[in-house]
Amino acid sequence: MTAATLERPVPPVQSEGPAPAARRNFSEELLKVEDISLSFGGVKALSNISFDIRKHEIRAIIGPNGAGKSSMLNVINGFYHPQEGTITYKGNARHQMRPHEAAKTGIARTFQNIALFKGMSTLDNIMTGRLLRMRRNFLWQALYWGPALKEELEHREKVEAIIDFLEIQAIRKTPVGRLPYGLQKRVELGRALAMEPELLLLDEPMAGMNVEEKEDMCRFILDVNDEFGTTIALIEHDMGVVMDISDRVVVLDYGRLLADGTPSEVRANKQVIDAYLGVSHD
Amino acid sequence: MLYREAGQFKTNYVADQAIFPIRQDRIGMAIVLLFAWVIIPAFGSDYFLEIIMINFLFFSLAAIGLNILTGYTGLISLGTGGFMAVGAVASYKLAVIFPDLSIILVFLISGLIAAAVGIVFGLPSLRIKGFYLAVATLAAQFFLDWLFLRVDWFTNSSTAIEGVPKTVFGYLVTGPNAEPFAKYYVALAFVSVFALLAKNLVRSAIGRAWMAIRDMDIAAEIIGIRPLPTKLLAFAISAFYSGVAGSLMLFLFYDSAEPDLFDINLSFKVLFMVIIGGLGSIAGSFMGAAFIVMIPIILTNAPDLLGLPISSDLAKHLEFMIFGALIVFFLIVEPNGLARLWQIAKEKLRLWPFPY
Repeated sequence: MTAATLERPVPPVQSEGPAPAARRNFSEELLKVEDISLSFGGVKALSNISFDIRKHEIRAIIGPNGAGKSSMLNVINGFYHPQEGTITYKGNARHQMRPHEAAKTGIARTFQNIALFKGMSTLDNIMTGRLLRMRRNFLWQALYWGPALKEELEHREKVEAIIDFLEIQAIRKTPVGRLPYGLQKRVELGRALAMEPELLLLDEPMAGMNVEEKEDMCRFILDVNDEFGTTIALIEHDMGVVMDISDRVVVLDYGRLLADGTPSEVRANKQVIDAYLGVSHD
Repeated sequence: MLYREAGQFKTNYVADQAIFPIRQDRIGMAIVLLFAWVIIPAFGSDYFLEIIMINFLFFSLAAIGLNILTGYTGLISLGTGGFMAVGAVASYKLAVIFPDLSIILVFLISGLIAAAVGIVFGLPSLRIKGFYLAVATLAAQFFLDWLFLRVDWFTNSSTAIEGVPKTVFGYLVTGPNAEPFAKYYVALAFVSVFALLAKNLVRSAIGRAWMAIRDMDIAAEIIGIRPLPTKLLAFAISAFYSGVAGSLMLFLFYDSAEPDLFDINLSFKVLFMVIIGGLGSIAGSFMGAAFIVMIPIILTNAPDLLGLPISSDLAKHLEFMIFGALIVFFLIVEPNGLARLWQIAKEKLRLWPFPY
């Protein structure tokens, strides 16, 4: 293996600057949703949701089952088109777009139920994350020679860096369908990282994992945020994890916004406690 | 013992990305090519070259084409026969209209015409998939069949389209009077080159995009794959391969054919090759074509070779029965096709004679 493979993608400016404590000052908005309403026929999935995601932060979206968390990600991602409301991304109001257009603007995501390409190897799965950056047309690719080979190798090096980062070297050539659940989740994160996204949406990255796997996953999420400066929005049910790793938390319930603030603010919020624990009406 | 890759270390990505990364595979491939290019033409009889090998070669090409569409992109097509007909008719018309055009170019342009037709009939694939797409491509099959039978312009008002005699480097390679070995070399050259190109396509970015669409189209879209162009490219390339295969079939094998030769049975035949050979495998396309082409020939000749006194009618019926039974047998043993069986055999060979 050449030395180049061990290099990680160059982290954006902020990593070498101020100390970690100062880094936790976020001011620049990356994405802002305002008054989003989404309904399927008579069912209101989201009503008048507004919040923002700032650059470089880890933003958690929590709420009981059916609260509309995944719908929110699907809206950001371009799968669902809300009936009302505006989405401002990188300072521009976003028109209605398809998921592949959202991908082009630097939004990547993972799914609650793993959405890997089961018939392909780990390496190929992560390589698909580089597709948007591969420029050679299919005639060059058919020759697999010259510029096409060079491009393929360049991207292979980037992917190998991600494989090293996620510590999945041993399963490089294994078809992902044969991998255990925890590793599949990791490969899916790898595929999203290969896109070098600015905004990474994680839908329950730790669901169904044991404590060690959760710890690994938390470490990867924090490292991605730190080293690559990626903004992360994540849905998670493990409150310990959410309170530990996120900078700000949005709480949804029945499609409405319940609370928005730092973990300690949210934890103290009366409505949130009621939503999670139930209210006694006496 | 023989098939062990221990000690073969790759020190750079070029070696790891090579088409055959394992030395034994490279040696095996060299032997296959040696047989195909030297030994078979040198020692094979005219019957063997023409009836078996050329037949096998153009079917392999069609199977590779369909495998790109069905095996790699996951779009079931029953229109292969139609696309082969487009290639055959286009090459006939081109050869008649432009007598000076090289036959190689005629075949390639026919492939491009078939690709254009493939794109048109691939348009529904954005909205429908699975069995519904199969039915939509069936429309292509019936429409093209009908078109070439009913519109006289395509057949120059005769009942059959013909393989026009043409030369390459002064050798007569097509038409009824061409030597079998000359035809064989043309077919072999086309299949060798296009099999290599197909293999390269499926292991590079576009191949990964196809497989992504096949395995999970929603996830494919979130990583930035545009579904329609990707699917249409698969249709175009698949139809290109089918078209060239149709041209080879007419010019190198049948010499003269009625358009209804390219009927729905042909589509099914190629689909069976792909399924039996292995979906999503270039090598499997060859295995499937070999299976479907050669087994009936072997079965037909078996009673004579064994000296069994069976009437030809009975032999024919037995052939169908044994052939059907073999297909069922192989699909039960390994639903993923002969290519998968071959892969399992290779994995076993890595350990043999030790249990693990």
